[in-house]
Amino acid sequence: MIATPSPLHHRPGFLRRGVMSTVFSLGIAAMLAGIKGLDPFVCVIYSLCIGMMCWLTVEALLLVFALLVDRRWIAAAPSGPAGWPGWPWVSLGVLVAIPLAYSVGNHMGNLITGQANHGLDAHSWRSYLGFVLMSVMVAFGGTYYFYSRNRMVSAQAELEHTRRVAAETRLKLLEAQLEPHMLFNTLANLRALIGVDPDAAQTMLDHLIDFYRATLQASRLPWHALGAEFARTADYLALMTVRMGPRLQTCLRLPDELKDLEVPPLLLQPLIENAIKHGLEPQPGGGQLEVSAHRKGPSLVLQVRDTGMGLPVASAMTQGTGFGLLQVRERLSTLFGTQASLALSACPEGGTLVQITLPITTLGTPQGQTAFQSESTP
Amino acid sequence: MNPPTALIAEDEDLLAQALQSELHRLWPELKILAVAPDGPSAVTQALQHLPAMLFLDIRMPGLSGLDAAQAIVEEWPHDHPLPLMVFVTAYDQYALQAFDHAAIDYVLKPVKPARLALTCDRLKAALHQPPGPSVSPPEAPMIQQLRALLESPLHRPATQSPLQVIQAAVGSTIHMIPVTEVVYFEAADKYVRVLTAHKDYLIRTSLKELTPQLDEQCFWQVHRGVVVQATCIDHAVRDEAGRVHLRLRDRPEKIPVSRIYASRFKGM
Repeated sequence: MIATPSPLHHRPGFLRRGVMSTVFSLGIAAMLAGIKGLDPFVCVIYSLCIGMMCWLTVEALLLVFALLVDRRWIAAAPSGPAGWPGWPWVSLGVLVAIPLAYSVGNHMGNLITGQANHGLDAHSWRSYLGFVLMSVMVAFGGTYYFYSRNRMVSAQAELEHTRRVAAETRLKLLEAQLEPHMLFNTLANLRALIGVDPDAAQTMLDHLIDFYRATLQASRLPWHALGAEFARTADYLALMTVRMGPRLQTCLRLPDELKDLEVPPLLLQPLIENAIKHGLEPQPGGGQLEVSAHRKGPSLVLQVRDTGMGLPVASAMTQGTGFGLLQVRERLSTLFGTQASLALSACPEGGTLVQITLPITTLGTPQGQTAFQSESTP
Repeated sequence: MNPPTALIAEDEDLLAQALQSELHRLWPELKILAVAPDGPSAVTQALQHLPAMLFLDIRMPGLSGLDAAQAIVEEWPHDHPLPLMVFVTAYDQYALQAFDHAAIDYVLKPVKPARLALTCDRLKAALHQPPGPSVSPPEAPMIQQLRALLESPLHRPATQSPLQVIQAAVGSTIHMIPVTEVVYFEAADKYVRVLTAHKDYLIRTSLKELTPQLDEQCFWQVHRGVVVQATCIDHAVRDEAGRVHLRLRDRPEKIPVSRIYASRFKGM
């Protein structure tokens, strides 16, 4: 539920409803004058008095209900605008309040025109009942109209809020995937290499092209072969090796029999980025990064191990609340429920080990050879 | 006049070389005294060679470019003019646009020759500015800017609600110290000393991690290694060399204030 200003202090559309009520009252006055041939001026006075009283009474009634809902004396309806207590309460309120509003309005009309018409003391109960019933019906119709309008407005606001949150998440994800810091640093290296070693620059550019193509395709392909996952990891690590030089030692180990298993694309990417960004890059001497896969009973185990700084003491990192890890956890739980897991631990010899466990039987089935897979499977 | 001198701090070798050769092309007289591959060695080498200019990468192993700049300014000998600073960065979430025409320059990676030439022109102009009549005024804008950078979200992530209690382990006991009783915090390697009027404790965190969790109205950073509760300061004195020291109400220590934070202590 989104936060809306309290309905006690802010009653949106109060004046608009007043104007609508006035217009409606004038319409009834015109009808009465036309059909019954009464004095149009007298009709307008009575109609306006009664209409205004009905409008103010319903507003007051809804305000009282909003107050009661706010104080939790009565329960809020499960759906509907803020402070809406539900139709039974509103019906009861309208049935009691409208005849009262009608009488008061009628008395006001009497006072203004100096006549004595149609009040509680009316000569004809039938004509009195007719007018009361008409007022009640009009009040119900109006209340219903404004109720559904308000409901639509708050539903729309909620929808818009959801959309905005989704768009923000997508943007953040895209930024994380494109990793601007890495991109511009790589481009800076590329720019420097062009001058001193054009061949190396070309090779680096090829890795960059493959890496970004894979990043952009990852959002469209639900699965790709583990072989392709490791090939993309190799591209990324090749880029990082140009940048970090001998400070980054890498080792990729993928047994042949696991190459064709289908995994969610770029699952390893955030883990490797983290290992470099938080483990190896901040460490003056750099270190080793090992990415491996093995089978353990019914599970596929993917490991990213670094000899870097290790997990910070008592920091949020140990729970893995960083955006990258959060994203991986969310993807795993959407795809596999509780069957998959992601675990972070400190290596006894220093550094960090991140382990993903996936149930082999629920892994994706090949979706036919896509251009991307056939090109990139080593 | 001696040739202008500079130090480059950049962890990526290729980029350090590229910057060096680009600078050589644009400004042949400029002498690069050292190229430091990480933050701590940038500080050591800068203090050893005392160059006129620093080109600091922001993301470096060991110590960020901003932390290195702070350490260099705080340790810089008082009889030497402070170095001019240029930050080099690939991309940062917090745009440094505000610093485009100010005392501290920055360039974006990949470094474009035209932009670097502009930086060189600014540096030359700043170098040839005759030194002012007193020691501090020409440096003041740079120090202020460095302080603003150090306090910006670029360097100091925003935190939610400030800490109320410091939990310090002594043996198997955890002492709960209300932050209001803390006179000052002092960095001690990877630990922080927490000093109250009568006792002191060690906690296992770095001052850099702790500081953003304190209410900055009450706790003032006065040095990269010291954060003092402002109400516990009795008075601040400036000596003839321009150095500022603090005297505390409930503790005997004399706390030095670094020149980055010295401007906090002036009459209202």
